[in-house]
Amino acid sequence: MKRFLLPVAIFAVLVGFLAVGLTLNPREIPSPLVGRVAPDFSLPQLHESDKVFSPKELAGKVWLLNFWASWCNGCKEEHPVLMRMAQAGNVPIYGMDYKDRRDEALTWLRRHGNPYVLTGVDEAGRIGINYGVYGVPETYVIDKQGVIRYKQIGPLDDEVVAKTIIPLVKELQSK
Amino acid sequence: MTWFLLIVLFVPQVVLGGEAKPLAEDPVAEARLKHLAVELRCLVCQNQTLADSNAPLAEDLRREVREMIAKNMSDQEIIDFLVQRYGDFVLYRPPVKATTTLLWIGPFLLLAGGAVALGLVLKRRRQAVTDMPITDEDHRRVEQLLSQGEKRS
Amino acid sequence: MIPEVGHFALILALCVALVQGVFPIYGAAAGSPVLMSMAKPAARAQFLLVLIAFCCLGYAFAEKDFSVLYVAANANSKLPLHYRLAAIWGAHEGSLLLWTFILTLWMMAVTLFSKHLPEAMRARILGVMGLVSLGFLLFMLTVSNPFERLIPAAPDGRDLNPLLQDPGMVMHPPMLYMGYVGFSVAFAFAIAALLGGNLDAAWARWSRPWTTVAWCFLTVGIALGSGWAYYELGWGGWWFWDPVENASFMPWLAGTALMHSLAVTDKRGGFKVWTVLLAIMAFSLSLLGTFLVRSGVLTSVHAFATDPKRGLFILVFLAIVIGGSLLLYAWRAPRVGLGGGFDLVSRESMLLANNVLLVVAMGSVLLGTLYPLFLDALGLGKISVGPPYFDTVFVPLMTPAIFLMGIGPLAQWKRASLPALAMQLRWAFGVSVGTALLLPFVLGKWTPLLSLGLLLSLWIVTTTVAHIRERVSHLVGNSLLSCLAALPRAYWGMVLAHCGIAVFIIGVTMVKGFEVEQDLRMNVGETATIGGYTFRFDGAQEVKGPNYIAARGIFNVTKEGREVTMMYPEKRLYAVQNQAMTEAAIDSGLLRDLYVSLGEPLEDGAWSVRLYHKPFIDWIWGGCLIMALGGLLAVSDRRYRLAWRRERAEAPEALQPLEKGAA
Repeated sequence: MKRFLLPVAIFAVLVGFLAVGLTLNPREIPSPLVGRVAPDFSLPQLHESDKVFSPKELAGKVWLLNFWASWCNGCKEEHPVLMRMAQAGNVPIYGMDYKDRRDEALTWLRRHGNPYVLTGVDEAGRIGINYGVYGVPETYVIDKQGVIRYKQIGPLDDEVVAKTIIPLVKELQSK
Repeated sequence: MTWFLLIVLFVPQVVLGGEAKPLAEDPVAEARLKHLAVELRCLVCQNQTLADSNAPLAEDLRREVREMIAKNMSDQEIIDFLVQRYGDFVLYRPPVKATTTLLWIGPFLLLAGGAVALGLVLKRRRQAVTDMPITDEDHRRVEQLLSQGEKRS
Repeated sequence: MIPEVGHFALILALCVALVQGVFPIYGAAAGSPVLMSMAKPAARAQFLLVLIAFCCLGYAFAEKDFSVLYVAANANSKLPLHYRLAAIWGAHEGSLLLWTFILTLWMMAVTLFSKHLPEAMRARILGVMGLVSLGFLLFMLTVSNPFERLIPAAPDGRDLNPLLQDPGMVMHPPMLYMGYVGFSVAFAFAIAALLGGNLDAAWARWSRPWTTVAWCFLTVGIALGSGWAYYELGWGGWWFWDPVENASFMPWLAGTALMHSLAVTDKRGGFKVWTVLLAIMAFSLSLLGTFLVRSGVLTSVHAFATDPKRGLFILVFLAIVIGGSLLLYAWRAPRVGLGGGFDLVSRESMLLANNVLLVVAMGSVLLGTLYPLFLDALGLGKISVGPPYFDTVFVPLMTPAIFLMGIGPLAQWKRASLPALAMQLRWAFGVSVGTALLLPFVLGKWTPLLSLGLLLSLWIVTTTVAHIRERVSHLVGNSLLSCLAALPRAYWGMVLAHCGIAVFIIGVTMVKGFEVEQDLRMNVGETATIGGYTFRFDGAQEVKGPNYIAARGIFNVTKEGREVTMMYPEKRLYAVQNQAMTEAAIDSGLLRDLYVSLGEPLEDGAWSVRLYHKPFIDWIWGGCLIMALGGLLAVSDRRYRLAWRRERAEAPEALQPLEKGAA
């Protein structure tokens, strides 16, 4: 008798998984770098190209690294959010101009505002690969020891900033 | 002489084409890239292999892999490089680890389960068999009857 | 106006479906002939109403009515008429309408070909199909309405996805759906049998032709999908184990098992419970496939525009239909008795083993397809499961099944003798093994997989010859030919279908073993040689299509100096969606395909070009076609033709004795 119930039992388990699956996003790739030291780099800056941008200089600080590009629509969406964060001054935001052209990037910042303390130039996209970037915009929260604590895939919005990023930043700053 | 030159200049140079060269700089390295890239997933389109995708990130990653091949890194080292940055998602051949044990053994567990179930059923049914001797003559008669039946319709 | 007519027709169809789903089944349980007789007219009415809706949508497309949202999203004023019509099933809403339409088509067929069935059974069958169509119509009318208006109307449409502007795309979904939906008939038969408590050999005999025809359509549908991917996607692949491809392959595997199981239930009264379970499984997998493609739960190259609301609706529908039928199974199946006994070595045991292998294979494909979802849902990370996994797992599972395919037809029912079978097959075995081991050397390359593929296909062919000989040896006839002609069509259908599989395996083995590819930069006038053929690039020109502009390459192909053909691969830019598409040039032949695909333009009129030589690749789809033909041949067997003729000749239906059955 029991074995006739087996098919419906298996099916029930399957439906359970499928129901959970409806709430997930199969396209999102979580980063294996969360909890690891942020990969090092040494790149020319966007505004002052003779100067260099390297994460080593930021040891002891909690900071945000935001990958963006002038050709990216999502970046335009999240830009006002970044501007507000920069004004609030809770955490310094550093930019990484990803696979872009210098003149177009400068124009874009001039037009939309510049929330970044400074911006690095990753023209070939190599640093992006080291950070596991697969689209723009992507944002990393990095702590005082230079360890990545959080990755935001896609544009930031006010809700994520208020509920996740700022509390995390405050927690890391108090350590 | 001038006539000859003029003819050579203006006749379309179709006939004297020559062999086309491979697209890649180094065909051996390219073959190795291909061998690796068909088992890697393009992260942007997500439904093509790294070998087939035309996405900019795919081109960048192929470039990275080519450079790693040129540095004589082994297949495993190249795979590890990508997995460190993108996770297991980038591999079309799921790695064998604790979380994927069920995936890899699953089919064979199913097969074993099926074989056991089959065995049990066969044992039960076998007991219900009654024997009836049938001769070759019987076989022939049967086929004869069947084929006659065919013709009648 | 016309779209509103279509919309209204769907609403009416919903009401009819409600009537059709509820009253006949209740009537069969209560023994009321009036209620039961509502099934047939209801089914026919539904067919008519959904046909009207379908034609209304077609009309909207033909007349370029961009005030209908669906038309605006999938067509364009420059899109040629035949593609505008094919665009009906180009996206989610319209493809659902196609699904429902095909369901009513099968319903109509059941009303036409079911006079020999007891009234109660037919009432239940149509009732179950009515409940399924109820679900789909409800789905369409609530969250997926193809007739939704766009106000104000768009000035022009967004155009059909260029990938879909192709003859393959026109035929592939209808064929596929005929298969998927066709399994609903077998499903309805199974549910009707469980409800009525009459699970006997007669039930299996009635069910068989419906199942076989559905299976034929599904085979053709999958082959078309694969062939379409091959020539449309430009990278020469033909099967990717993509979730949606798997979603169509799983019902096929279950359907194949079902066909074989039905044969046993029909002939020997055995496997009754198992056959019912398979029938439920096959259709459940069709529904599951529908869910997977439209819910956004898996990434796939096929993904329709996804929406969690839609996903939820289908999931609930799935849970009700499949859960309900499995509960019914759990309740009713134990009362069905065992069929006749059979020995450890017998045709029954081999068919059962074949079934087990097919179901295990299906389970493995399901496992691989859903495993990323399982891990993600449990928070254990994200992985990908692709061709390397499926290829590794599928071949070892199918190999024993194919081995059995050779022995099964020779084994007798109830009890067979293993030594006798071995004697009969020794020649087949020797020839297969010997040729499989040696032939690769003759062809120039030996790998284990190459040998295995050859062994399996040769095994099928040689054992087929062996059992034809065995069948004929018992006949007394004038000549060999008359003896062969005397064998029933169902038998030849089986032979043809099994040989189709052999052809398929040869195709796969030879292509995977011997295909060659070259990635080249070609300047005008340069040549390249691949597979013995010499390709000369004669430059590229610009051509204009109805809704695209293209760069067309000109390739002159010769073999040992003789002209073979000219090939014209294109790189097209579709203006409306601003999408670039590679149109590969393929020269098909019986023994090989030549495949040329343009890459990117380089300096001085040179192009990057990819050339392929693919031996025997058309045998892959040829094999599938032969399989489907085998199925059709089997269905045209004498006993079905006789039954049909008898039905037509009968005067108005005699009243069948009522079934005062258990509820």
